[in-house]
Amino acid sequence: MSLGPYTSFIVTSYTLVAAVVLLLIVWIVIDYRHQKERLRQLDASGVTRRSGRQATDIR
Amino acid sequence: MTLIDLANPTKFLSLTARVLPWLAGATAILLLVGLYQAAMAPDDYQQGATVKIMFVHVPNAWLAMFVWGVMSLSALGTLVWRHPLADVAAKAAAPIGAAFTFLALVTGSLWGRPMWGTYWEWDARLTSVLILFLMYLGLMALWRAVDDPSRAARAAAVLTLVGAINLPIIKFSVDWWNTLHQPAAVLRMGGTSLDKAFLIPLLVMAVGFSLLFVTLHLAAMRNEILRRRVRSLQMMQASQQAA
Repeated sequence: MSLGPYTSFIVTSYTLVAAVVLLLIVWIVIDYRHQKERLRQLDASGVTRRSGRQATDIR
Repeated sequence: MTLIDLANPTKFLSLTARVLPWLAGATAILLLVGLYQAAMAPDDYQQGATVKIMFVHVPNAWLAMFVWGVMSLSALGTLVWRHPLADVAAKAAAPIGAAFTFLALVTGSLWGRPMWGTYWEWDARLTSVLILFLMYLGLMALWRAVDDPSRAARAAAVLTLVGAINLPIIKFSVDWWNTLHQPAAVLRMGGTSLDKAFLIPLLVMAVGFSLLFVTLHLAAMRNEILRRRVRSLQMMQASQQAA
């Protein structure tokens, strides 16, 4: 597959899209782990939800 | 599970946990198929191989506007129906919408340089999309700047609805003004002007990116619900310690 004289423009576009999508995914996964960790710490300190469930219970 | 059940954040989290793996899998498959079809698509008789940029530029540009549309519906949910998840949905969508808008601008610029001879032109389409990007950033700053979530939600909802005026301006800018940007080729009166060799990969990529948005949005909403749970538990803990 030849991309002709504008290969750099095409490859840069696809690489940039892949990088930004990957960044979004990584950011969301890290944020999820961070929130779960904060809930675990609150659980460990004895704080419970008004429903009586554990802070980390997401069911 | 009925729609009203989803107003309960805990039930929403339960549903999210079940559907996210399936959505992520479907997204990955569709994007891989779309990328393969984009790679195999023929060169355009005028644009040559640069037409391949269309397969990532157009879905991102569509989603840039679609995400603001989703946020506008959420804003109505916040202001009119006071739905408990409406502000969560809007706040979670904003960074994703900003990323799609950024990608639409940059890939458009990279497509424009070889086709138009310039990376940027202050014409109606490009400028209105840049304004959309700045509005996303402004909204994200607003949510961060106001401590009280309910006050932030109302202010953000009003700003989102005001910003929705920009959506028809973006869509019809190529018809209302003389611009470098080409007019609509897919969603237009009289049907598409794109050949099937380009249309099918484009639609597959568009559905793939739309599923990507749904997946990321649900995951970001889950994070936002957990963040709000952390905040309320911290406040409970602080009031218990003060008593």
